[in-house]
Amino acid sequence: MSGTFVGMPAFPKAAHEAVNNPTLRGNLRHATHTIRAKRATAVAELTDWAALREAGKRIKDHTLRHLDRYLEQLEASVTAAGGIVHWASDADEANRIVAGLVKATGESEVVKVKSMATQEIGLNEALEAEGIRAYETDLAELIVQLGKDRPSHILVPAIHRNRGEIRDIFEHEMSEWGRPAPDGLTDTPAELAEAARLHLREKFLRAKVGISGANFMVAETGTLVVVESEGNGRMCLTLPETLISVVGIEKIVPAWRDLEVFLQTLPRSSTAERMNPYTSTWTGTTDGDGPRTFHLVLLDNGRTDTLADEVGRQALRCIRCSACLNVCPVYERAGGHAYGSVYPGPIGAILSPQLRGTASEIDASLPYASSLCGACYEVCPVAIDIPEVLVHLRERVVEGGPVTREGNKVVLQPAKGHAAERAAMRAARWAFTRPGALRTGQRLASRTRRLHPRTLPGPGKAWSGSRDLPPVPAEPFRDWWQRTQGGKGGAK
Amino acid sequence: MRVALFLTCVNDTLYPETGRAVVKLLTRLGVEVDFPMAQTCCGQAHYNTGYRHEAEPLARHFSDVFGEYEAIVTPSGSCGAMVRELYPRMGERARAEGRGDSLAATLAPVVPKTYELTEFLVDVLGVTDVGAYYPHQVTYHPTCHGLRGLGLGDRPRRLLQAVKGLELVELPGAEECCGFGGTFALKNADVSAAMGADKVRNAESTGAEVLCAADNSCLMHIGGTMTRLSSGMRPVHIAEILASTEEEPAV
Ligand code: SF4
Repeated sequence: MSGTFVGMPAFPKAAHEAVNNPTLRGNLRHATHTIRAKRATAVAELTDWAALREAGKRIKDHTLRHLDRYLEQLEASVTAAGGIVHWASDADEANRIVAGLVKATGESEVVKVKSMATQEIGLNEALEAEGIRAYETDLAELIVQLGKDRPSHILVPAIHRNRGEIRDIFEHEMSEWGRPAPDGLTDTPAELAEAARLHLREKFLRAKVGISGANFMVAETGTLVVVESEGNGRMCLTLPETLISVVGIEKIVPAWRDLEVFLQTLPRSSTAERMNPYTSTWTGTTDGDGPRTFHLVLLDNGRTDTLADEVGRQALRCIRCSACLNVCPVYERAGGHAYGSVYPGPIGAILSPQLRGTASEIDASLPYASSLCGACYEVCPVAIDIPEVLVHLRERVVEGGPVTREGNKVVLQPAKGHAAERAAMRAARWAFTRPGALRTGQRLASRTRRLHPRTLPGPGKAWSGSRDLPPVPAEPFRDWWQRTQGGKGGAK
Repeated sequence: MRVALFLTCVNDTLYPETGRAVVKLLTRLGVEVDFPMAQTCCGQAHYNTGYRHEAEPLARHFSDVFGEYEAIVTPSGSCGAMVRELYPRMGERARAEGRGDSLAATLAPVVPKTYELTEFLVDVLGVTDVGAYYPHQVTYHPTCHGLRGLGLGDRPRRLLQAVKGLELVELPGAEECCGFGGTFALKNADVSAAMGADKVRNAESTGAEVLCAADNSCLMHIGGTMTRLSSGMRPVHIAEILASTEEEPAV
């Protein structure tokens, strides 16, 4: 499996394999159903959950509306606290900045805290090209990195792997990256964790540069917040001499007070914990304590364009809890890789086509990777109406229309490949605004009903490959209604 | 009380027995039912597939046909949700596109008076025991748009529990989507089929003879999966169960 998502096929094709892989289906079903149930319990404990959810939504909406102001405030407060702020408009710029900063330290290796933003920009690969080795220190990220694999979940990137597979990866790959796995390693969780701990420990102690993302940035004080469960993050944030944080511009909150909401909703939504185990906060640099140099790279990479869209901008409220993935019936069966992005599941289906645009095959297919069942919206702690955005993006794919790309307003053309569907939709609209035409069609169907097969050839196979067609009745309801005057005629 | 039956294009064409059941049930409860012959389709499939602008004439047509009635009743959670949730949104989007208030104003009257059948029975008529008789084991699948869109809650189950002879069996994973999802069933056929098969397996595990839901589109998908998997179960719309009586039992 390759470590990149470039050139992914459309979602249905990518999902086909996963759907038919019983081991993967079993792993995912077990993992998502377990966390799903735990989340429900953790959320049900709070009597003010609905109010917290609404507050989270409003804080984010307010911040996004005044993002320009808060970003400037953040820059000023980070600078005043001894940090250095950099602005990156896209992935390439961010990677260049980070590589330059690492090189300036004279180091050729870095330790990393789990971070979605650095995965989004492909930082590890970019650093590798510059001769810098990046070590992932989150357990699941380590498994993905050692296995030359791709992440398939926001919180549990190796959710598609079982213990036996992890043991094999450790045994075969660890030696190439540092301390080898202990002899006779079994697949018990304690032994696997100990192997990872020993392997990582030497990296923590040696590293001079740490790279992180952040869950929140407090504009008021310039404080960054990382929320994690293993303590590896705290090691990376405190031991190295230089810390570089790459953070999406939407991760801002105005004040410390606002964290009160998210530090309740995030752990309950993501790991079903009442309180997060390791919450690290740092404000610039402090003499004699932690890194001596702190760089903050603020990443746009499509976020401003997303913000320009009235319906789609709500995706920027996301706090990456992954509750929507865990509850999604499509994710559960298609797996994370099918989404062709570091952001899988429902949030990925609305985020990737906005951050990257809808030009590629995979991005144009993502808005359709949903039955619109609404379970994601129901659990989302910042009330992102994911089905609404999905439908909005479907419209962008089939109808085209105005969008913002790299700060410019452009008008998209309708995507190719939907011509037959568009014609069918138009024809249906024509018939449905003419009751007479509908009736003629129904009668024709009823009259020829004995000729109708239960399965279909060609494109109809998409339905009848797995389902029989319903039989067409002898007469449509409207004919019965007219014939019997609404049943009053006594006829049945 | 006189109400308009919005049967939906799918029911009109493929499931006329559901329409006849609604008429029978409401008439028995003293409601005068009209079926406006000019009705066609609410535009849901267009809207949800991304053809909002094609859905607009259908929504206008719906409003023309049903605007005059006191109440509009539909035996479909998803078409009910289309009118109630998405018609207002269509109006807002048209306004945001600089096309003024015309669409919003045209659609506004039908929004608050459109009811899904079980809502109409419980909330408007105030009945849960509709005098039905259905001597079978039944399990109930709450369809997504009824459950999460309209918030039907326990209304359907309360109605079913009051049916004489009916034994209601809990469906494991009831609130999980069956995998229909309109054009999703075609565009992502593999995933849709896998979801359908899991739903059928859960339904079979209850030992019930009948899987009941308040939406025939989902039942078409579940039922089609059942026959393909040679399951012994049958899909039945809730209207047909509620219409069934000791004098005139549904089979
Ligand atoms: S969209 Fe909502 S539920 Fe999904 S990861 Fe983001 S915050 Fe969590």
